[in-house]
Amino acid sequence: MKKGKILEHKLVPKHEVMEESEVKELLDTYKIKKEQIPKIKLSDAVIKEIKAEVGDVVKITRESRTAGKFLAYRLVIE
Amino acid sequence: MQRALTAEDKEEVVKELIRAGIEEEIAEQIKGEFIPAELTIELDELLEMQIEEAYARDILMVQGRREEGEVKLGDIELKVNKSKLPELIKGELRKKLRAVRDKLSRRKLDEILKKVEEKYEKAKVEPREAVGIVAAQSIGEPGTQMTLRTFHYAGVGAIYITLGLPRIIEIVDARKKPSTPAMKIKLAGEYASDRNKAEELTMEIEETYIRDIGKVEASTEDMSVWVSLKERELKRRHIGREEVEEKLKGLGAGVLVEATEDGKLRIQVQNKFYHELLRLEEKVSSTLVKGIEGIKRAIVRRDVDGEYMLYTEGSALKKVMRIEGIDFSRTTTNNIAEIADVLGIEAARNAIIEEMMGTLEEQGLDVDPRHVMLIADAMTMDGEVKQIGRHGLAGGKASVLSRAAFEVTVDNLLEAATHGETDELKGVTENVIVGQPIKLGTGAIELVAR
Repeated sequence: MKKGKILEHKLVPKHEVMEESEVKELLDTYKIKKEQIPKIKLSDAVIKEIKAEVGDVVKITRESRTAGKFLAYRLVIE
Repeated sequence: MQRALTAEDKEEVVKELIRAGIEEEIAEQIKGEFIPAELTIELDELLEMQIEEAYARDILMVQGRREEGEVKLGDIELKVNKSKLPELIKGELRKKLRAVRDKLSRRKLDEILKKVEEKYEKAKVEPREAVGIVAAQSIGEPGTQMTLRTFHYAGVGAIYITLGLPRIIEIVDARKKPSTPAMKIKLAGEYASDRNKAEELTMEIEETYIRDIGKVEASTEDMSVWVSLKERELKRRHIGREEVEEKLKGLGAGVLVEATEDGKLRIQVQNKFYHELLRLEEKVSSTLVKGIEGIKRAIVRRDVDGEYMLYTEGSALKKVMRIEGIDFSRTTTNNIAEIADVLGIEAARNAIIEEMMGTLEEQGLDVDPRHVMLIADAMTMDGEVKQIGRHGLAGGKASVLSRAAFEVTVDNLLEAATHGETDELKGVTENVIVGQPIKLGTGAIELVAR
């Protein structure tokens, strides 16, 4: 399989690993703990491509029918 | 940094604007508005704010302008971007404001933006609103109007596809495999424009077994399996005799394959048992010669843009990915589990939304996508596609009473009793059962008197 091919698929939104400081800002904004963020598995096809690690938070830029662009977050778990 | 805009800068701005999809006329207009001025923000700063370069340059102009009143395109750009509205609304607003720009003053522009933001805030869901219940009702009611029958694929007469209520149930149950797996394969380059090329591809991916291209017979006389290939089928599917022989030789060690003079293939059994012979016959006839396992049929159709594409019966996303000539980035399947596996959980979320909305729309039902998005979010929350049932979402609830009220009451209560579980009475169902006000809407607020 060609590398990064799945990242180009129209169903796959952009995933980015967040910096530690960004994560802190996010948690503070919503007054939540890391564990309360939706999860994504380490074995997830996209996570393997972008080489995120357990405990990382990924920022996902979704294309939304109603908002145009929408940011979502997922915590990488085993 | 302070610098004045030169004529060269202006020309560049026009080019940028046109490239950004702005009509030439408007671009020229913007250029006309430019006056040399001192700049207070740096271009880099604006670009960091993710403002398109062309607009960024115009904003610089507005920044440096001294006279009041008239609204420039850069004003609209700067102010709309600053607001906290979602992208889609911003885009619409920009377009509309640009159209009425000559009637605007800066004060009016501010006012309009304030009003829009107010309206947007008002349209938001209140905290503690039971969005899940609203979603369930909003999909449930139109669901009563759905057909229970399955239909043909829209535009592809020949392929059956589960639609209507059965399909919706299939999606929320997160089945590993849909009852009618199917793919829509988009093609790349000349495959998309040439029908013959597209037809060739169907031969490439349609699964072809020995039994499809020839007759397989077991003979007890010489204890061997005879394969007589049909010349016509071989030609149609572009398969060479050697290829078939090669595949048969790969059946296993000790399998003897020989071609006889009359064009037949003879495969000998090693030990001369009758049941061995029958097993070999079965093995031979179900040997894959060409194509992708799981793709039963592929059909060429023209899509709305006049491109040729393939519809398939059966689905194998991972294997199709490697076929040359297909445009993988636009190829989809209705098998959500497969998408989750190959493309990840976020793609699965998108697929759930697309499939559900598609099914509802096909039946002429107008359901707000937000409800479907909520369901997709709930189903994919834990990183894997979970069903909305007792084996998934409902089964994972923290409250014993809530689970017991849903399905298999006795099992749940017994299980909870043996483990000494406690119920914190936080959810809706639990509180209805014990006769307390539910913690939703106005019930969510507690007053403490001092």
